[in-house]
Amino acid sequence: MNPTTLFGLCGAALVGIGLYGLLTDPRLLRKIIAFNLVGSGVFLLFGVVARRGADAGLGGDPVPQALVITGIVVAFSATALAVALLLRLHDAGGGATLDDGADSAGKDRSPS
Amino acid sequence: MSFELNYELLVGLLVLTTAAWSVAARDSYSATVGFVSYGLLLAIVWMQLQAVDVALTEVAIGSGLTGLLLLGAAARLRATERRIVARPSIALRTLAALACAGISVALAATVLSLPQPAPSLAAEALAALPATGLGNPVNGVLMAFRAFDTLLEKVVLVLSLVGVWSLAPDLGWAGRPRLLHPFADDGVLKFLARTLPPLGLLLGLHLMWNGADEPGGAFQGATVLAAMWLLVLMAGLGEAPQVRARWLRVAAVAGPATFLAVGLAGMGIAGAFLAYPESHAKALILFVEVPMMLTIALVLALLVAGPPERTEGP
Repeated sequence: MNPTTLFGLCGAALVGIGLYGLLTDPRLLRKIIAFNLVGSGVFLLFGVVARRGADAGLGGDPVPQALVITGIVVAFSATALAVALLLRLHDAGGGATLDDGADSAGKDRSPS
Repeated sequence: MSFELNYELLVGLLVLTTAAWSVAARDSYSATVGFVSYGLLLAIVWMQLQAVDVALTEVAIGSGLTGLLLLGAAARLRATERRIVARPSIALRTLAALACAGISVALAATVLSLPQPAPSLAAEALAALPATGLGNPVNGVLMAFRAFDTLLEKVVLVLSLVGVWSLAPDLGWAGRPRLLHPFADDGVLKFLARTLPPLGLLLGLHLMWNGADEPGGAFQGATVLAAMWLLVLMAGLGEAPQVRARWLRVAAVAGPATFLAVGLAGMGIAGAFLAYPESHAKALILFVEVPMMLTIALVLALLVAGPPERTEGP
């Protein structure tokens, strides 16, 4: 097995780890982190495609590399927006989790 | 097994371990710290894949700025985070784990069965590069061949800033983003905020200017500038501008606006949207890159700083 394939398998595993966190952790901040893991796993798979396309004296195909750079920036923008939404929800008293138990506890506290 | 592959195996395992840690850690703050180290390790993987530009971006944005953003959020949520979180039942978690493992296995099978020889645009990108006057093929793709993506990416940045600002509470509009570090009085942070910015400014401009021919570019340079500004803000040596300030809004759209204007002019001069006339390609690309760098640095820092908040006093 060559290193490029090894990192490809690594990217595939990262997508799985991230998806698991996204599905099972009710805390929103953890979902954002997990989503970033999925994203970077996909970028890594793309990086493997770029490395395999090494040609004409270049270490890798520059087209997928450039697309990954764009992708990292867009992922950052989305993360910033998600974090801002999360903090606003938290400050507005909506909690920072999708946990059902926390929701009902919140309802109990609110004046009715 | 050669030493080389052993080293790569080690890096890969470390990446997977830190990723698993940032999912499994009980405390969100620890998970975020794990995510930052994950980003740094991932940059080593990018270096191994011979993608220096991507490695720079991953360190600066994926690990650095995203880490700062997440650490800030984790610190604010820490006080109210509950010790015990009601996770789904064991059966559901097992099901989720199996499904995720299935997806990973399918992706791994795809990696193992990628076509041989691999399709590549490297030769074509390199052949067309002299027309742009640039020497770095990745930057050639970003600024010329796929300029449309780069333009839209800048628009996404500005749009997400609009999104973040629109989350400000009503009273916040008169205020500024608040980014004071809890240990701002610590001498170290203030010392760094006083000594690093001149060097950072130099490094940022160097990355932008040299990006034409070597790894780097407007984006990586702008991130360094944004980091320097954030350092000053966090140390309490400066204040974030009021979001109502007109110069701020003009600067936030200056980059994409210049890019768009040059792109539209290309329709008249070079016959296609975002096309550069061959004789002036390099000059035009630099003309676009300078305001773009300003915009990117500003928008990145403001995205980390978050929505404006009400402040005491005028």
